[in-house]
Amino acid sequence: MAEFEPVLLANVGKENSHTLAAYEAAGGYRALRQVLREKAPGDILNLVRASNLRGRGGAGFPTGLKWSFLPEGHPGPIYLCVNADESEPGTFCNRVLMENDPHQVLEGTILSSYATRASVAYIYLRYEYPKSLRRLERAIAECREAGYLGRNILGSTFSLEITIHRGAAAYICGEETGLIESLEGRRAWPRIKPPFPAVEGLFRKPTVVNNVETLACVTHIVARGADWFKSMGTPADPHNPRDPGSYGPKLYQASGHVNRPGVYEAPLGLPCRELIDGFAGGVWKGRKAKAVVPGGLSTGLLRGDELDTKLDFDGPIRAGCLGLGTAGAIVLDENYPIIDFLHNSCRFFAHESCGQCTPCREGTQWALELVSRIKAGRGRLRDLELLAEIGETIGIIPGTTICGLADGAAWPIKTAIKKFRDELEDMIKRTNPTGYGQVEPPPADSRVGLPRARAVVR
Amino acid sequence: MPATQTILTDELREAIRAHFPKYPTRRAVVLPALHLVEERLGCVPPLAVVEIAGLLDLHPAEVHDTLSFYGFFKQDKPRGRLRVWVCRSLACACRGGEDLLEYLCERLAVRPGETAEDGAVSLEFAECLGACDLAPAMLAGDELIGNLTREKIDAFVAGLRRGPGSPESAE
Ligand SMILES: Cc1cc2nc3c(=O)[nH]c(=O)nc-3n(C[C@H](O)[C@H](O)[C@H](O)COP(=O)(O)O)c2cc1C
Ligand code: SF4
Ligand code: FES
Repeated sequence: MAEFEPVLLANVGKENSHTLAAYEAAGGYRALRQVLREKAPGDILNLVRASNLRGRGGAGFPTGLKWSFLPEGHPGPIYLCVNADESEPGTFCNRVLMENDPHQVLEGTILSSYATRASVAYIYLRYEYPKSLRRLERAIAECREAGYLGRNILGSTFSLEITIHRGAAAYICGEETGLIESLEGRRAWPRIKPPFPAVEGLFRKPTVVNNVETLACVTHIVARGADWFKSMGTPADPHNPRDPGSYGPKLYQASGHVNRPGVYEAPLGLPCRELIDGFAGGVWKGRKAKAVVPGGLSTGLLRGDELDTKLDFDGPIRAGCLGLGTAGAIVLDENYPIIDFLHNSCRFFAHESCGQCTPCREGTQWALELVSRIKAGRGRLRDLELLAEIGETIGIIPGTTICGLADGAAWPIKTAIKKFRDELEDMIKRTNPTGYGQVEPPPADSRVGLPRARAVVR
Repeated sequence: MPATQTILTDELREAIRAHFPKYPTRRAVVLPALHLVEERLGCVPPLAVVEIAGLLDLHPAEVHDTLSFYGFFKQDKPRGRLRVWVCRSLACACRGGEDLLEYLCERLAVRPGETAEDGAVSLEFAECLGACDLAPAMLAGDELIGNLTREKIDAFVAGLRRGPGSPESAE
């Protein structure tokens, strides 16, 4: 492959990169002009489908396929929701795009709305991004002024309004149906699917939810073509008909114990080691990496000896993690206790569970209590078994919850216990050498479930 | 206290109504309305819930149902003039974020979730602020302060005592 030139980050760092003038000077909105002159919505949908673009928001679902689930010939309105809730620990690339190059995101949003025949796009923006809010508001005003938004865009028959909707500091609003509920003015309780949003979404109308970076990719696919997009990344596995491959540029994020935390762009498939040592300047203080969260907290842990893992959609799965997630890597150095990782992770998910599903609400809370006890030096070896059991039983994959938050809570637990059991056992034995005797046997007549609850509480 | 039991000013009502055309339902304006009220009053008291419901053709319980989901909104007494969030999630915590949160608590003599006595600041912990590249990070009002250190916190606290909105400058 030829030397890679950043595409998504091409303008970031340039002077006034957030303004319309700078964006247009760099070729911005040319793709939109051409599309509105020459292309039908279906052409764009086919193009995106041909590019094999997969969603950057965490699940990696093929974008063109998602769009094609919209009912054909629907009288409208159809809605596009831009998922700008970006709350997964370790993830900040959407912020970088919205703050530094909001027009790239807006052009992708306008093009995607055209392709899906959406007439209103809502940008669901997390509250904690005030600078993104200012930049997007200004960019939207510039677009209206220039005729890129509003009625009859650039003289065509296509009309679109974009509205920014601010969140209120709840992680679950990033889950697409939680987002929809929140936008409708309700508690952000994810919906049971089906129906999927494409059929019945926002205000009960057909709806597409896409991540900020996904939409930014659409801009470039339209401008440069599907073949360009497919010229980089990891090709589909010919032996696996269900593998759509991992194509295109990706924004990788590195944080934690690295020398140069930041967002870096590379074709999908970047080895984790290259992200850490090449882009992020290596582990800080000359130390080694003990563990790396490959793609946002939900994805679990890679061990320090698994850093050759390729960060494409499949790589982390093969290394025993949930997936690529958001490609936000958090590096933990050799001195960082895994129990601290577990505690931080369990606390996060217990705090963010929306509370609808009992296994998630209770499981995340119990996991936090168990981990807190171990951290406080009162753990028992059996606690690891209990934790593992919680990890195995909560989530969509085991089929006990409505949304993927519980899976995200489970993977850090599962991978930590599987990959760092020795360290955790040593810690328990060291801090609580007599720990085995602390639990009295349950009374013979106890109700089902009570002995276990008691074992956890004590 | 005005004689009539209203808490939303005309201006605030207008600001809420300005959101109506953006959505096909009134209910979708709940969150924008709550934000507006919280911004102006520092909290969303029960009377405001009733009045928002009136504006949006909803039952007060429906507004409260949404409001109470988001720990973001305060329901009893107003929070401080400046709202400060310190991140406690992994990328910040592993670079000392939790100690710095602790330190800021000491400096302001509050626990997370509380408002300093002079009403200048409320301090809260945040889950990932999306600024992990700047870890440890905090958000003070609209300002993101990254690569936090004790020195930066000292400077921030000193600025509070001097800055606009502080008791000294309010005279
Ligand atoms: C608990 C949870 C939180 C999520 N948070 C986000 C988020 O903040 N941003 C995002 O784009 N996707 C998030 N997702 C994924 C969305 O549900 C959805 O898959 C995504 O927005 C689709 O966009 P894409 O196809 O462009 O990736 C989250 C999913 C779950 C289960
Ligand atoms: S899995 Fe957890 S976060 Fe998701 S809907 Fe159920 S309780 Fe809510
Ligand atoms: S973990 Fe603190 S900003 Fe992301």
